[in-house]
Amino acid sequence: MAARLEVRKTYKLYIGGAFPRSESGRSYEVADTKGRFLANAALASRKDARDAVVAARKAFGGWTKATAYNRGQILYRVAEVMEGRRAQFVDEVAAAEGLTARRAEAAVEAAIDRWVWYAGWADKLPQVLGSTNPVAGPYYNFSVPEPTGVVAVVAPQESSLLGLVSVLAPVIVSGNTTVVLASENRPLPAFTLSEVLATSDVPGGVVNLLTGRVAEVAPWLASHMDVNAIDLAGADDAALRTELEIAAADNVKRVRRPDTDDWTADPGLARIRSFLETKTVWHPIGV
Amino acid sequence: MTRSPSALAVDQGALDDAVRSDAALRRFLHGLPGVDQVGAEARAAALSTRSIKTTAKAFAIDLAISMIDLTTLQGNDTQGKVRTLCAKAMRPDPHDASVPRTAAVCVYNDLVGQAREELGDSGVRVAAVTTAFPSGRASLAVKLADTRDAVVQGADEVDMVIDRGAFLSGRYLEVFEEIQAVKQVCHENGADAHLKVILETGELATYDNVRRASWLAMMAGADFIKTSTGKISPAATLPVTLVMLEACRDWRDATGRMMGMKPAGGISTTKDAMKYLVLVNETVGTDWLTPDWFRFGASSLLNDLLLQRQKMSTGRYSGPDYVTVD
Repeated sequence: MAARLEVRKTYKLYIGGAFPRSESGRSYEVADTKGRFLANAALASRKDARDAVVAARKAFGGWTKATAYNRGQILYRVAEVMEGRRAQFVDEVAAAEGLTARRAEAAVEAAIDRWVWYAGWADKLPQVLGSTNPVAGPYYNFSVPEPTGVVAVVAPQESSLLGLVSVLAPVIVSGNTTVVLASENRPLPAFTLSEVLATSDVPGGVVNLLTGRVAEVAPWLASHMDVNAIDLAGADDAALRTELEIAAADNVKRVRRPDTDDWTADPGLARIRSFLETKTVWHPIGV
Repeated sequence: MTRSPSALAVDQGALDDAVRSDAALRRFLHGLPGVDQVGAEARAAALSTRSIKTTAKAFAIDLAISMIDLTTLQGNDTQGKVRTLCAKAMRPDPHDASVPRTAAVCVYNDLVGQAREELGDSGVRVAAVTTAFPSGRASLAVKLADTRDAVVQGADEVDMVIDRGAFLSGRYLEVFEEIQAVKQVCHENGADAHLKVILETGELATYDNVRRASWLAMMAGADFIKTSTGKISPAATLPVTLVMLEACRDWRDATGRMMGMKPAGGISTTKDAMKYLVLVNETVGTDWLTPDWFRFGASSLLNDLLLQRQKMSTGRYSGPDYVTVD
């Protein structure tokens, strides 16, 4: 029997629920930790970033108005589909991060568990982060958390799946939409995650995934006037980070600086809280 | 500039003869060469692939802004809405005084007075839609009264609709005389309102009809021919605009007079606007690249142009928070 031809996959961007090639037509080679060729991936340009922000803005209204319960269900479904792709994730994480099969498996399990953990928070955030405030007058006074808007995320460079999930899930659980710039040299698990998102009821545009050079694309996201916050978790270069923070100041974006490399630790609510606004309402006590 | 040669040999004498009777008019309009549908669509598609960048793009954006008839034609239009629209027409971007004014504000008849008052002597013109817009289903007397009302209130431009029913059933002279009558009202009592004739190409079914209706309107005295009301889909398309621009070009060849053109409806992005400008440049030439002879009937287009302009002047992408909500 003749040897079967290999079915090679073209890794593309994930924008507005579709998988387009880069507008620029460019691609780059992705290698494993030993330098062996893994795949070609789309190399995003500033115009892809622009399109992604437009898609994220368009999706914001629907996602933020969905009930918290519904968002939780959808995110839990993502974890279910991830579980179904477990073997694929393990292979990709092992190749991307140079891990043994066992450690890769542990990383994938931690990532899925992390997603489930965040999914559970969808309908619990307002109770925990909101409050009824004491005031000296005939009013009820409430503070309720609301999503910030469109959040750009520079995903961690080293931890290709667990790190990605740990920065992505806390952004969307509260109703934000996002443009994620995946790990530059380890993007394969992110591609697979985008396929998971596309097939698990997450509305198109809620998560948009770009792959490419952080130094090229991130400044356009940081300076974009229609992006409301930016997470610099994977902006490893200090000079670039400073540049991004300065650009982000133009429309007073919320900026989250990188603070950890240990993605296995209990994340707490800090990342969720970073991308929330607080709305306080005075309500007269009835007459 | 590449320019496909005019297939027409028409002179002023032929035009005068054509309007002597219904039969003569029909003979003339049906004697116009047929439109090559495939060719027109292919040419429009080919011209829409041009890439306009940097300084050319900046020029085109400002030109497009200055060509906009900023339009609101909703049943729920209020005086307040017209006021904000007029403010936007005079100063499209509050943060940037270098943005040109739009050409006109286009409103329903009863809001002309309000618009006139807001715009004052700013140079932005007031256009009114009349003749029982958008359907045109009313008696001639009502249509003329409608137009007179707009002109008396101070409309600089009148956008009338043709009677598509009469046109499609072949009563060309009736349509012709109606346009003439409206034109007369535009010039009553020393007024000098420009007449734009809306063909509503979405209801004309074929490009041949679009060409005939264009000639009919031009011969009846239109100052502008306009594609659509914006209430019918499809509204303006590139091939339809191409056919009408060719009519404008042939009209100038035949009579020596220029004819304005206004695509309206469905043009909402800068990219679309650029395609139309390319089409104008390549079909009728640079003489038409001015608000005097080419207009866009649009509302949301302006915001997109402003976003692109902000991107070009600041170097960063802008967002809908930085233009007005309308």
